[in-house]
This record gives sequence, structure tokens and C-alpha cells, in this order.
Amino acid sequence: MSRIRFLVNGAPAEVEVPGMRRLLDVLREDLGLTGTKEGCGEGECGACSVLLDGQVVDACLVPMSQVDGRIVRTVEGLALAARERGELDALQEAFLELGAAQCGICTPGMLMAARAYLDAGGGPDHGSIREGIAGNLCRCTGYQKIVEAIATVAAGEMA
Amino acid sequence: MTTRTLPYPPIAPERSAADALVVDPGSLTPGRTRGYPLRREGPSKLTGAAKYTDDLIFPGAWYGATIRSTEPRARLLAVELDPDADWSKVVVVTAADIPGENLVSAIKEDQPVLVPIGGEIRHHAEPVALLAAPDRETIRRLRSRIRLVTEPLPPVFDPELSDHVFARYEIGSGDLEAGFAAADVVVAGEYRVGHQEQLYIESNAMIAVPAEDGGMAVYGSLQCPYYVHKAMRKTLGLASDQARVVQAETGGGFGGKEEYPSIIALHAALLARRCGRPVRMIYERHEDIAATTKRHPAVIRHRTGVKRDGTLIAQDIEIVMDGGAYCTLTPVVLSRGALHSGGPYRCPNVRIRARATRTNTPPNGAMRGFGAPQVEFAAETQLNRIAERLGISPAEIRRRNAYELGDVTPTGQTLRDSVAAQEVLRLAIEAADFERIRAATGRVAVERRGSGEVPAGRLRSGAARTASGIGLALGWHGAGFTGSGEVHIGSVASVELTDDGRVRVLIGSTEMGQGTTTIFPMMVSGELGLPSEVVEMAPVDTAVVPDSGPTVASRTAMVVGGLCIAAARRLRAEVEARNGGRPFVEVYRDDAARHGRTRVDQRFEPYPGIEFDDATYRGDAYPAFGWAACVATVDVDLDTGEVAVRDVVAVDDVGRVIHPILCEGQVEGGTLQAVGYATIEEIKLEDGRYLNDRLATYLIPTALDAPRLTTILVEAPFSGAPHGAKGVGELPMDVGAPAVVAAIQDAVGVWITELPATPERILAALDVATRPGEVRSATAAGTAGTAGAAGTAGAAGTA
Repeated sequence: MSRIRFLVNGAPAEVEVPGMRRLLDVLREDLGLTGTKEGCGEGECGACSVLLDGQVVDACLVPMSQVDGRIVRTVEGLALAARERGELDALQEAFLELGAAQCGICTPGMLMAARAYLDAGGGPDHGSIREGIAGNLCRCTGYQKIVEAIATVAAGEMA
Repeated sequence: MTTRTLPYPPIAPERSAADALVVDPGSLTPGRTRGYPLRREGPSKLTGAAKYTDDLIFPGAWYGATIRSTEPRARLLAVELDPDADWSKVVVVTAADIPGENLVSAIKEDQPVLVPIGGEIRHHAEPVALLAAPDRETIRRLRSRIRLVTEPLPPVFDPELSDHVFARYEIGSGDLEAGFAAADVVVAGEYRVGHQEQLYIESNAMIAVPAEDGGMAVYGSLQCPYYVHKAMRKTLGLASDQARVVQAETGGGFGGKEEYPSIIALHAALLARRCGRPVRMIYERHEDIAATTKRHPAVIRHRTGVKRDGTLIAQDIEIVMDGGAYCTLTPVVLSRGALHSGGPYRCPNVRIRARATRTNTPPNGAMRGFGAPQVEFAAETQLNRIAERLGISPAEIRRRNAYELGDVTPTGQTLRDSVAAQEVLRLAIEAADFERIRAATGRVAVERRGSGEVPAGRLRSGAARTASGIGLALGWHGAGFTGSGEVHIGSVASVELTDDGRVRVLIGSTEMGQGTTTIFPMMVSGELGLPSEVVEMAPVDTAVVPDSGPTVASRTAMVVGGLCIAAARRLRAEVEARNGGRPFVEVYRDDAARHGRTRVDQRFEPYPGIEFDDATYRGDAYPAFGWAACVATVDVDLDTGEVAVRDVVAVDDVGRVIHPILCEGQVEGGTLQAVGYATIEEIKLEDGRYLNDRLATYLIPTALDAPRLTTILVEAPFSGAPHGAKGVGELPMDVGAPAVVAAIQDAVGVWITELPATPERILAALDVATRPGEVRSATAAGTAGTAGAAGTAGAAGTA
């Protein structure tokens, strides 16, 4: 067992878990942050995408020993400022208005990948956006509306 | 033929009755979605607040696991627990623990919930025993300590060699021999398609919670709550009110959560009953792919007689589907396959023979399209090969043969209204600039062949590393259940004015991403004159909602939507009548305060004039059809054979568009699933076991693999439904694959007759087509070439 301290969505967290326990399980089961989903458990689908120090990672592949002292951001933390006003952030708003979420199970991971893409300065070019979310599988949308939603935010139209 | 009957809030202008209406896609409006309501459950999905099954917490719940066969066919002699392991802190359930019937409720009840001792194991992933423990680690440790003692039996893997027939149909019209005798050209072809996995991103999940009165509730990811409810009553021996099924937020279904959730619910419930506490049965992805149902593989053989001008005169079609080890929904999948197998074309002389047989592979079941994508791939590729042979453009041969109003199908059904085949075809050809692009790709192909640079083995020439092509397909999809299915089910949908003045829709139809919870308030509020936002949706819980039939067959908007509209009209009439005829919107709150609750239950009534004889397969196979055209543009890598699908134009007639964004979402998602089916999605089998039963090895398209999708929605309303809707979910799935395969042929000159069109199959076909000494015309490549390469027997001859 290891004592691991880290920041989740701006709040300090401390857990005592085996070092190889998956970040995904700590988020979902120990911290009750079930917004992050498990789709395959082997890093193929991206449903469990979260930001670790701003980089998008598959939480099913990250052992807790790698999380000590780091900053984790999940879908629950995507709109912290906006949620205090009872609102969604621009990315969530664009997904909602442009129809980019259907069954919703890939959506939290997709949003985090999109956030990382935008934070890295990604623009509205569809090809670049597709590269940015290539690690996140969606079976419902055909990706068209997801790409359009991210492009809309990248172009500043929904900010 | 195309009258609009229902003014939904933002509505496009009326068109003349003769035209199908192209739906205005609308404009971006902040706070709404192009002026339409936002996805109702969208905010909870986008913030991570939505609770899918695995997100639900039940204190004290144990974890469940399924012990499965590892053999394709065997006699089960014993289930042995390792005496050296500690079994005191877990529960194990076998067939002997089942209180009711050991059968999973289905069309033919042939599938045991668990294989009994002495019973026959029929596929390698068959459930034999169940294990529950307080934690996952104990499950992991003990599951390998349960040993199945078996006696192997000889398995059958080839559906054509199996002598156990699940279903067989023969449909005929006209005089087949006379048709072939009158034909100028006869073309034969054989087409093969494999399994396809639904691959919802949320794997199957079910939690069973025992009730104090001996009843059982299950919370799960599912499409059809009342299928699960019936299965629980039967196997657990529960009274109707003791079995309760609650749908959690569901992360995709695509048919894969139509009937399989019943068996998972039963497994979880059997364990919960045994240990007296909630049991979580959450499938990992590997188990989900290895054990749950897939799209049926099929072999489809065509022999088609045509006149020189391309007019179809005779179609002889044979279909063999692989049902897998148990019947599940196979008879209805095969039925839909048989009924769609000729394609959306008039032909006076037709024979369709279809059968589905049993093999020792995991059972195949429902997947979006339900038998139609298999046969429409074959029908469209066959027609494209005929066009090539006759030197007619693929667009022209479709214009000459596509159904029009008044045409008669092989079951004798006269197409009385909402026939939009020609409209969707024309719109797709125009929007994709099909003829111009095809002329350009054709010129490049001629130059390549004429350059003398075509190397042996591949069609690589000069500097060009890729070849581009464009392909077209036209399709149809029978709206709602086949034949008299709807009449047998007799679905109920309810609308109520609650005693505290709220309007609530009660239906058993599930939301799994398609937009059920958004469109029903729209349909009902439109009738009552209310904003859609104030109409509530009751939770999908069998203790609350009636049986509205399963959420399948693209029937929800069409059939259940129709019932809700009828219920809302009755509610409005009733309330207005007792309030002096004042509008519902003005009086409903006061009415509720004075009269209490008013609930209207609407039961399905047969559509007027629609009749089908299940015994003879004559009559109206479907109340109406949706029509779709698809144009795909591809680049084929001439060195590797890889296909990149660049652009797809999809034109779909859905009868009535209720919410354009959600409707486009269905077309886009279905189209990409069809592109995956065409290019990369394939299950490889060895001794009846799926070899690629992980997401690392069963590939679906990523955002980089996905083409740019352009969707055009067309409305040719069905006159029998109050709102004209014909359904959208499955229609786009039918046409994507043949369009992609036609585009590949346009690019490189070979017909791929077996899906998916993998690089291996394309390169093999090219190798045959360009073998030294053989004629390298496109026609030769398209007939003898592909047939040999794909291991099939396509051939063309002139009568």
C-alpha cells in the first residue's frame, strides 16, 4: 500500500492504495467520480481519458504510483467555474447544441481529449481535430458532429 | 401521397403533395439546437452526472462472474469445485439452482440459462455456472478453480453443412423460367459477409437487487425492459409484480442489447437470490465480444436476368445465414433479409429462398439493419456488376428499375404511398456530383490501363500511389416490425395529466443515444399546444411504464410515437370537452386540480389496409418503407490495398423528421458503422471461437478513419402514422457497404464480393486481375477475377 497525494479537479486528494491500482478505479470507486468511464480496460477506446498534468491519458493504463504529486482533471472538473453559475463550459455547450453526444458513454473522455487539444493551441482545422481525438472511439455519431463542435469552440464561436 | 399532418414548432414550409420534401437543416441558435430542443439528458451526460449501470452504487453488493464453456460442442458431465479452495465466502450457482424454467425467453425457447449436467454445450462461450464474491480479487482467484468435466461432441461450423434449420422461407412471384428465357443477359454472383460486433462503448451490465417480498429488481443497460421482465418471470418463477426492470443510462445498443440482457439479468438475479444481496454483473470488454451476439454471417447467391437496356426481368436469390448455437432472433432476422434481398427494384419474376441454420458458434442476433445490410450489400453489388456488364452507368440502371408508386413487391405488396427511391437517388447523385466524378475516375483508370505501365501484380502506375473511386448504392428498409409483428405485440403507450397538473409520457421505449427522451416530449407537446420542455418522461421502469414493445426495428418514433400522438389527442379532447371547449393549454392545470389525474392508454391498432399472411408470405410485409441512397468516395493505396473512405453523401427518406440534429446523428452514426462493416470490421474464427475478441484486435473506425459525412434528410410521410414517421435508425446501415465496395471497384477495377474489403482481399483480387497472360479489362477483373480471389464463384454468362 502506498499513500498517494494528488490534486483532482483543483481539490487535494489522498488515498492509501496499492501502487498498481488503476487511476480509473481510484477515481470511480474511491473518490466516487463516475463521470470517467471504462470502455475496454486496455487503452483502446479512450472512454476513461483524463488529463494528467494537462496531458490526455487513459486512466485504465495509469497506475497510482505515477499519480503522486500530480494534477488530475476529469469531466467533473471541466466546467468548475461555469458550473458554479449552473452552466456548461463552451466545449460542453457546443457538444450539446451541435449534437455531438448521443449515448454519452464516450463523451466524458472525448471532452477531455478535446480540452487537451484546445489547451495545446489546436485550431478549427478538421484534420487536426481528428488527429487530436483519434484515441477516443465513438460508435454513435460517426464523429462528424464531434469534430464540428470542437472546431466551433476552436474558432471561438461559442466562447 | 405526401401530406404533412402535424405542425411541430419549427417546421419547414409545405410542399406540393407530389414531392418528397428535403428537410431544411436549420441554422445555429444559441440555447437551442437549430431552433429545436436540446437533447434532454445531454447536460447530465456532458458533466459526467449521468448514471450508467456501473456507476450505480448498491451498498453491500457482490460481484458476479460467469463460468463458460471453452469447447464448441460437448456433453457436460460435471461441474467440479477444487476441494483445496475455500468456497465458504462465495456462492456458486448451477442449473440445479434455477427455480423456474431453465430457458431464456425468446422466439424458440432452445437456449438454457445455464447448461445442466448431462446437457449439451453448444458453443465455446456458453454459460455453465455462476460465481459471486464480495470482491473482484476473490472472483479472479476462484473462477479458475471451477472445472467443467465434459465429453467432446463433433461440432458443425459451416452453416451450409448444418442440418438443423432454425427458419426457412420461400418467396416467389411471376414465372422465373419464363423470366430467364426472356432475358438478354444473365449474371450470377456469390456474396459473403461475416460477423459484425455492435461494439456499443458501454459493455453489457446488469445489477440484480433482491426485494424483501421474494421479488427481484434488475437495473441495467438494455433496449427492451419487458423482454427482461418476461425472462425473469419465467426463469425465476416470479409473479408479474415481483419482477421489476429498470433501465439505467445506456451507452449504446445497436441491437446488441435487444435480447442478450435477458440472460445477464437472469444470471445476476440467480446469484442475488442465492446470496441475498445485490449482485453486479458487469461484463468486461473481452467477455462482451467473446460471448454476446453478433450480426449474422451470410452467403447470398444471385442469378439475375436483364434486358439489354438494364431492365430487371428475373431474380433468383438464395440466402444462407449462420444462426450460431441458439435460435435467438434468427427467424425474424432471416425474414427481413429475405424480404429485402432483391433490393428496391421492380422485377416481375422472382424467387427468394432463405434459410438459417445452427452452428457451434456463439449465437448471432440483432444488429442495426437486422438482416438487411447483408442482403442489400449483395443486391447492390450484383446490380453494379450487371450495369458494368451492360455498359450502363450505376445511376442509370437504378433510375430504370427503382420502385415507384404503384409498383408491386415480390410478396404482392403494392407500394401505395411514400415511395422516395427515385428522389433519394437523384439527390445523392446531384449532391455528390456522382456522374462528373465518376467520369473523371474512369478517365484516370483508362489512362492507367493504356499507359503500359501497369505492373504485374498490382495496378500501380508511374507516380500514382493511390487510385480514387466513387460508388453508389440505393436501399430500402421496411418500417417497423415485419409482417404482423406489431399486431401480435399490441404495444401500449400512455400520456397522463397528473393530479398536480404535469403532463407525463409513459413508454417502455428506451433512450440509448438515439434521442427518445427528446423527441417524445416534442411529439406530445405539439399535440397539446405546450412547449416541449414542460412535458415529462416517466422513468423506464416496468413498475411505472407500460409495455410499448421493444426498442428495436427503427419502430420507436414511428410506432410508439404514433401511439403517443394518438394518446395526446385523446387527452386533449377529453380535457377540452369538460372545459367548455377551451384550449388544453389554458385549462389543463385547473382541470387537474378539479378532476385529479387523467391518463390515456393507447394500444396499437393495425394500420388501415395493411395485411400480411405469415403462412404464405404474401401481402404487405411492412406498412411502409424508408429509402436511402449513398455515394462513397475512396482512395485505395495501390501498394498496400488499404482503403481510405474520404467522403460519403447519405440521403435518407425517414417519412418525417422530428428533430433534424438527432436524425442526422442517426444517419451519420449508421453510415460509419456501414463503412466499418465494408472495410475493417471482421471476426476471425478458429474452431468456433472468435480469435479477435478484444478491442485491440476487433477494430472499429476512429475519427481518422471516418469519412466526411454529408447528410440530406428527405420526408415522404407514411400516411398510416399520424405524424408520417418511418424510422431512421437502421436505414443508413443498409447502403454504406455496397457504396464503398462500388467505389473500390471504380478505383482499381475489381469487385470485392466478401466483406470486409480488407487490404488482403483487395490485393488478392488485384493479383488475379493482373496475372500475366490474362485479359486485364475491368470487366474481366470484375467477374472471374474477384470471384477466384475471394474464394467465391461469381460468374457471368449470356443467355
